[in-house]
Amino acid sequence: MRESYLPQEETRDLQSRIYWLLGLILLALMGLLLRAWYLQGVNGKFYLELSENNRIRVVETAPPRGLIYDRNGALLVNNVPSFNLYVVLGDMPNQATVLPHLANLIGMNEEEMMRRVTFKKEDPFFPIKVKDDLTMREVALIEGHGLDLPGVKIEAEFKRNAIYGTYAAHLLGYVGEITQAQLESGNYQNIKRGGIIGQYGIEQTFDSIIRGTPGQKRIEVDALGHEIRVLEVNEPLRGDDIFLALDLNVQKVAEEALGNQNGAIVAMDPKNGDIIAMVSHPAFNPNLLSQGASSRAWEALLKDEGRPLTNRVIQGQYPPGSTFKIVLGAALLETKEATPASRVECRGFLPFGNRNFKDWKKGGHGSVDLHRALVESCDVYFYEMGNRLGIDTISKYSHLFGLGQPTGIELGSEKGGLIPSTEWKRQVRKEPWYPGETLSVSIGQGYVTVTPLQQALMISTVANQGVLHPPQLLKKIRDQETGSVQEVPAAEGKHIPVSPETFRIIQSALAGVVSDPHGTASSSKSPFVSMGGKTGTAQVIGLKGGVHGKLPDKYNDHAWFVAFAPVESPKIGVAVLVENGGHGGSAAAPLARKVIEAYLGVVPPSVEPMTVKSPAPPPAPGRSEG
Amino acid sequence: MIDRRSIAGYDWLLFVVVILILGMGVLSIYSVTAASQARTPLYVKQIYWIILGWIVFLVMAWVDYHEIARFAYPIYALTLLLLLLVLVMGRSAQGAQRWLSLGFINIQPSELAKISLLLVSAKYFSDYFPKQGLNFRQLLLPGGMVLVPMLLILKQPDLGTALAISSVFFSMVLVIGLRSKFLIYSSLLSLMMFPFLWQFFWGHLKDYQRERLTTFIDPTNDPTGTGYHIIQSKIAIGSGGLFGKGLFGGTQSQLKFLPESHTDFIFSVFSEEWGFAGIVVLFLLFFFLILWGIEIAYKAKDVLGSLLAVGIIGLISFYFLVNVGMTLGVMPVVGVPLPLMSYGGTSMVTTMGLLGLLLNVKLRRFMLFY
Repeated sequence: MRESYLPQEETRDLQSRIYWLLGLILLALMGLLLRAWYLQGVNGKFYLELSENNRIRVVETAPPRGLIYDRNGALLVNNVPSFNLYVVLGDMPNQATVLPHLANLIGMNEEEMMRRVTFKKEDPFFPIKVKDDLTMREVALIEGHGLDLPGVKIEAEFKRNAIYGTYAAHLLGYVGEITQAQLESGNYQNIKRGGIIGQYGIEQTFDSIIRGTPGQKRIEVDALGHEIRVLEVNEPLRGDDIFLALDLNVQKVAEEALGNQNGAIVAMDPKNGDIIAMVSHPAFNPNLLSQGASSRAWEALLKDEGRPLTNRVIQGQYPPGSTFKIVLGAALLETKEATPASRVECRGFLPFGNRNFKDWKKGGHGSVDLHRALVESCDVYFYEMGNRLGIDTISKYSHLFGLGQPTGIELGSEKGGLIPSTEWKRQVRKEPWYPGETLSVSIGQGYVTVTPLQQALMISTVANQGVLHPPQLLKKIRDQETGSVQEVPAAEGKHIPVSPETFRIIQSALAGVVSDPHGTASSSKSPFVSMGGKTGTAQVIGLKGGVHGKLPDKYNDHAWFVAFAPVESPKIGVAVLVENGGHGGSAAAPLARKVIEAYLGVVPPSVEPMTVKSPAPPPAPGRSEG
Repeated sequence: MIDRRSIAGYDWLLFVVVILILGMGVLSIYSVTAASQARTPLYVKQIYWIILGWIVFLVMAWVDYHEIARFAYPIYALTLLLLLLVLVMGRSAQGAQRWLSLGFINIQPSELAKISLLLVSAKYFSDYFPKQGLNFRQLLLPGGMVLVPMLLILKQPDLGTALAISSVFFSMVLVIGLRSKFLIYSSLLSLMMFPFLWQFFWGHLKDYQRERLTTFIDPTNDPTGTGYHIIQSKIAIGSGGLFGKGLFGGTQSQLKFLPESHTDFIFSVFSEEWGFAGIVVLFLLFFFLILWGIEIAYKAKDVLGSLLAVGIIGLISFYFLVNVGMTLGVMPVVGVPLPLMSYGGTSMVTTMGLLGLLLNVKLRRFMLFY
């Protein structure tokens, strides 16, 4: 019950403590104010940044890729418009009806459509690419049904286009989306997921030049991901254009000459290492791969027995056969194991050890010197001389001519071939070298293997009298911004320690291979240009004396021909390999002749022969479509 | 009878302050709801509520508070009944049973409970005023009177309102004072009992309430769920910087990154637009309001008036401090509105009514005793 307090006394009792309440509230207010200061004053910038991050989405726009031209400005690879179909689920209210409708319009399986669309679900406003490269009809259909298809967008983008399809496919290469492994490797700093980069060939090697810089769109979005407005646009920068050493005209001739046969042709300029032509058959169409091949298409390519994805020019390792005799010839003269006059009696075989090493010509060639031995490709001469040199000397001179190691061409996966030596045999085979093996090697069989590019390099070095030029792919770069053209300097050639006299003798012999009526390539003699070269026939299986046309094709010997022309002042070196082609002289030499005639601009045989013109630049094909 | 000086005097300042706070509220609501397609956008509806609030304000100021206090116990009994009813047959909204549907009208008994407990505690303590502070025994009955409805409300569950009611009680107890012996013993005891109490408390929390506490400690723990509100609120407030981004400049709220922006997080909207400077102004206005209330409590002519004033101050402060604290990330997310600013009729009417009651006490300062 109420105690004996007067009301006024009671209130006075309270009054003092009322201030406590006030004090408490004030304290709390100050605390909150301090906290607000902490957020806004001390960390204001930090939170401002966070709020910006919330609301700004950065979208990259892909840059147009630089164009690829041949040495004369003929367009080889460009970009063509591609209409790509995107779906934005966030803008599509009734997916269950719209998506099948869309699938029907473009002839896509409904399940396939659902599969592609449910792949990325995190952000409903992220456009999902559903189909590449719509045909005009499909574009028209979709645009026509626009009202029924909310959330469906068609974007005009670029796709890479190799104009000549399979021609120079391995050299030019293809493009593709950057892979997870590449992203993680750190070598592609500026590329984001989904970016297109060169994945093979020149597209890959010179990717950083022709790639360009992506543009950026800064878009303000709300919490649901709707695009409110575009804040800022940075236009993408085109990649620079590049001019290759390749000559389209020569390439076309070489591709057609090799035709359906498997093999490789590579042509080089002996003065600077320019790669004028590079053919590897079977080839593939880079456009199928650049534009998003299905996994089935990839599988088909990978499983194809002909191995179309292999670039035989730099990856095919074959025994050089008789073309190897060139190296032996040089070695003989330099080491003075033989002189130009030294003779060997060839009776069609050479007894050695406990067997007879057979010559390809049954009765033998009679008494031959180096010149004759090269012209008619006498095996016995080289068995004898090779034995005198010994494997290690042969190995040494092989390396001088660029064999046995990769040439360093700016393409991936180049193989180095194999030049055996005693040391090699001991290390790899754990056996000593047997002298009999030297004899096999001397005629380019046995352990020794070379790639067509190495062969071209070797013959070019012979042609320019001993300067080893690294292969050159790129000639010029055109800056996309200024339009100025910058020459790419050729790498320094290396002089090899072989005397000019040696080269003169060798060159003369090689000229004889073609011009001499007994020469193994005499049937390919050109009325327009003086050619020098060497045939080769590489055994696929080691049947004695080789096999010619009696067994199924795949057991046929490979046919080689290496050549240079014109003999007086060489402007081109060529190596041709025809897999299972049989004789070098019959299968490979005619192709080399066609290539050389094309490069030197002489009139083809169907027209009246004229005097050899001074080499004019080959006529440029149709105006560039770039 | 009525202190005419008040009306002629500086209470105009109070009206100005209240109008200013109301205006800031409407402005902030406007900035986040102006774009809405509804026939009556929310900020317009808020204005309607404000008008209703002023009417209630006048009503509560007019009727002598002693008359009102006479019904304290009956109202209390009704409240208990309604709270029980709500638990038994209440309508659920968002997992909480808070509403009673009476045909054409929906009642929230917990709102009634706030006023009811205010009245009943004030009445009780004024009738049985303990000199020299409360001791344990004296606390039992009033404590029980408060605890029962609190538990009923907690069961709904409605943590916010339960705590609000307790703040009313605490303010009064604070001001009445506890006997020093009692104070010391009870402090020691609660310290020792704390772990057990904590276990008990924790065990009876619903999952989402527990989540709220854990995300309070570390909002990044659940950035897309419960932590989202806190994170976005801090970003909104912090990015306002010193002077704010201006009207409609609050990107967080404009672009809908901030949820509940017109209700529980209206303070974040305000802070993003007006910055630290704006916050200082708002705090000053609010503090003035509190001071006005304190002065009323101080100068009230009797304990009842004083305690009513104290309870009202406690309640309004509780809501303000907890809401602001929540948006600033120093308190767990307890869904309480910001008085006079958050969108919502209930809160507006209640708060204005309480302010009216305060004015009521002030006006009758000089009434003579019968």
